[in-house]
Amino acid sequence: MRAADAIVKALEMEGVEHVFGIPGGAILEVYDALYDSEIVHILTRHEQAAVHAADGYARATGKVGVAFATSGPGATNTVTGIATAYMDSSPIVVMTGQVPRAMIGNDAFQEADITGITMPITKHNYLVTDERQLLRTIKEAFYIAQTGRPGPVLIDLPRDVTMADIEFEYPEKVDLIGYKPKTKGHPKQIKKAVDLIMQAERPIILAGGGVRLSNAHEEVLKLAETIPAFVVTTLMGKGAIPETHPLCLGFIGMHGTKYGNYAVMEADLIIAIGCRFSDRTVGKFSEFAPNAKIIHIDIDPAEIGKNVRVDVPIVGDAKSVLREMIKMIKHKQRKEWFDRVEELRRKYPLKYKRDENVIKPQFVVEKVFELAPDAIVTTEVGQNQMWAAQYFKVKHPRQFITSGGLGTMGFGFPAAMGAQVAFPDRIVVDIAGDGSFLMNIQELATCVDYDIPVKVCILNNAYLGMVRQWQQLFYRRRYSATRLRYPELSFEKIAKGFGAHGITVEKPSEVEDALKEAFEIDKPVVIDFHVEVEENVFPFVPPGRSLLEVLDGE
Amino acid sequence: MSERRTIAVLVENKPGVLARVSSLFRRRGFNIESLAVGTTEREDISRMTIVVKGDDRTLEQVMKQLNKLIEVIKVSDLSENSVERELALIKVHAPPAKRSEIIEIANIFRARIVDVARDSFIIEITGDEDKINAFVDLMRQFGIKEMARTGKISMARGSKT
Repeated sequence: MRAADAIVKALEMEGVEHVFGIPGGAILEVYDALYDSEIVHILTRHEQAAVHAADGYARATGKVGVAFATSGPGATNTVTGIATAYMDSSPIVVMTGQVPRAMIGNDAFQEADITGITMPITKHNYLVTDERQLLRTIKEAFYIAQTGRPGPVLIDLPRDVTMADIEFEYPEKVDLIGYKPKTKGHPKQIKKAVDLIMQAERPIILAGGGVRLSNAHEEVLKLAETIPAFVVTTLMGKGAIPETHPLCLGFIGMHGTKYGNYAVMEADLIIAIGCRFSDRTVGKFSEFAPNAKIIHIDIDPAEIGKNVRVDVPIVGDAKSVLREMIKMIKHKQRKEWFDRVEELRRKYPLKYKRDENVIKPQFVVEKVFELAPDAIVTTEVGQNQMWAAQYFKVKHPRQFITSGGLGTMGFGFPAAMGAQVAFPDRIVVDIAGDGSFLMNIQELATCVDYDIPVKVCILNNAYLGMVRQWQQLFYRRRYSATRLRYPELSFEKIAKGFGAHGITVEKPSEVEDALKEAFEIDKPVVIDFHVEVEENVFPFVPPGRSLLEVLDGE
Repeated sequence: MSERRTIAVLVENKPGVLARVSSLFRRRGFNIESLAVGTTEREDISRMTIVVKGDDRTLEQVMKQLNKLIEVIKVSDLSENSVERELALIKVHAPPAKRSEIIEIANIFRARIVDVARDSFIIEITGDEDKINAFVDLMRQFGIKEMARTGKISMARGSKT
């Protein structure tokens, strides 16, 4: 069988239904094989978007997302997408074309050392130099991408390898001597954790992105209700527990809820599940939760003790560990603590100044939530992302998709595309900024081409808003290179020019109608909300400070 | 406190593994003092001995991050209770008048003269790092023209592997 056909057949056997990508010389053979396959290929307009779409697809479904690109520039264009997936532990497989084996290393046309380039941003990568290793490589790639702590895997395919003739024998099992992820937590450690929980008077659960990756949301809820303990999340952990649940205190960190941050700082026990204590979540490492013992459950041993001291580490899969813990935990009233947290919640609510004449960006997000509470929401990066995180109350796991670790502007729109391809009947909304949206705006063509009815809500303040906010607060309003000057630009016209629908909204009273209109049309829609230009995101813990040092903007 | 630690890394003998390991050190900001790579009793497995400078926390992160590499099979800390050896080749200035003195010192250190030219020797010496350093210091007075050291290899004492 032609190796290219074997590749496509292997993908089918892995259950792949959609591939995002762009063809080119070095990967032509694979595209030729794809022509006869049931796999649906979505031709994006930039390879970065193909990888983000595969990533969004993976985050929305839990399945492995797949992207294709050709050699050289096609491959290098995937780099930001791969780094984004790596930082957020998203399972994707990227296949790139490569120049024929004999030409590798000779600076051939469209040659780039993509395995060398992506070594530090992939969980693993392969250059297939022997066609007899091809199928084993694909099997391993899918296995590695989705087991343990998931992550991106890249396979580089020299053109002559894809043209070779091979036997189709797809391996059933993977045997990697150096890769045996541990899923079961150590019983002794679990017992120690349970003892700490039973002793604690002020326990808090900190749920991270690992809860979604391990599908442990039911266990988190059960644990929270059994102890009982309040739950805060990281940005990536949104959806680990319904944010409308009385035990949920929202997300913590730089722009997290003030009551959530304060509660963490007053807790005497933190039960951290599948999170990596990033600087954006923890603030100043040495002053994080000073009175608390920390239990840290994570499948990646390297995360334990990396940023904060941990009292009881448990290496294992969150779902399996939590199930064991729940069996041993008994309900215990902690009235004083509950009263205290409720007081914090009453005293420091999330808030912004409403306005009847100017659209507040927070108001737009609130309206999106009100009208489409079950929508899949993706975000770009910056102020739009933080307002989305603050005001969209996520009810389901895999409902909120954002670039947390790398902070990639331009991620949200193609990620929304990927999610929409996976769930054609759901409403998928990208909460965007005008700066971010311009970074992958070409994907409007893809959306129109494939009838992918993503709704893009641009919170347009004609600034790189988050950077401007920092300049306002830390650089005496010296707005160096943050003003996006385009008085003539109309996102509505651009959208229409691509064949999508476009709406411009300038008054608060028009917000609801515009959103209703967008949600009803079975077409990609871009809504350009002209929002308050110098609105800031609060609360705000300045970088490197303790979570108690919150700026409120008042 | 920063000190030097020795770790042994068993890896699959595949192209690119050395690049992965050294790239990891660079990326995470760990500094390699010395690195020696060679085969083991199994031809599909190589052994790297890496000397790294850092405190306990750094060492723990280095070992954990190395363990995450798919092609890394085992990582062990050999900083204590292990046998360490290094080999050095030293080309030393050896005019006739100095030869017997150099030979005498070499004998004391159980070093061997492996090449003799009109006015120089190449001396081979093995041992732990301190021994080699001491020998090198003594050779300086004669004039070292060239030197090559293999970097340390190390193995745990006793039956532990």
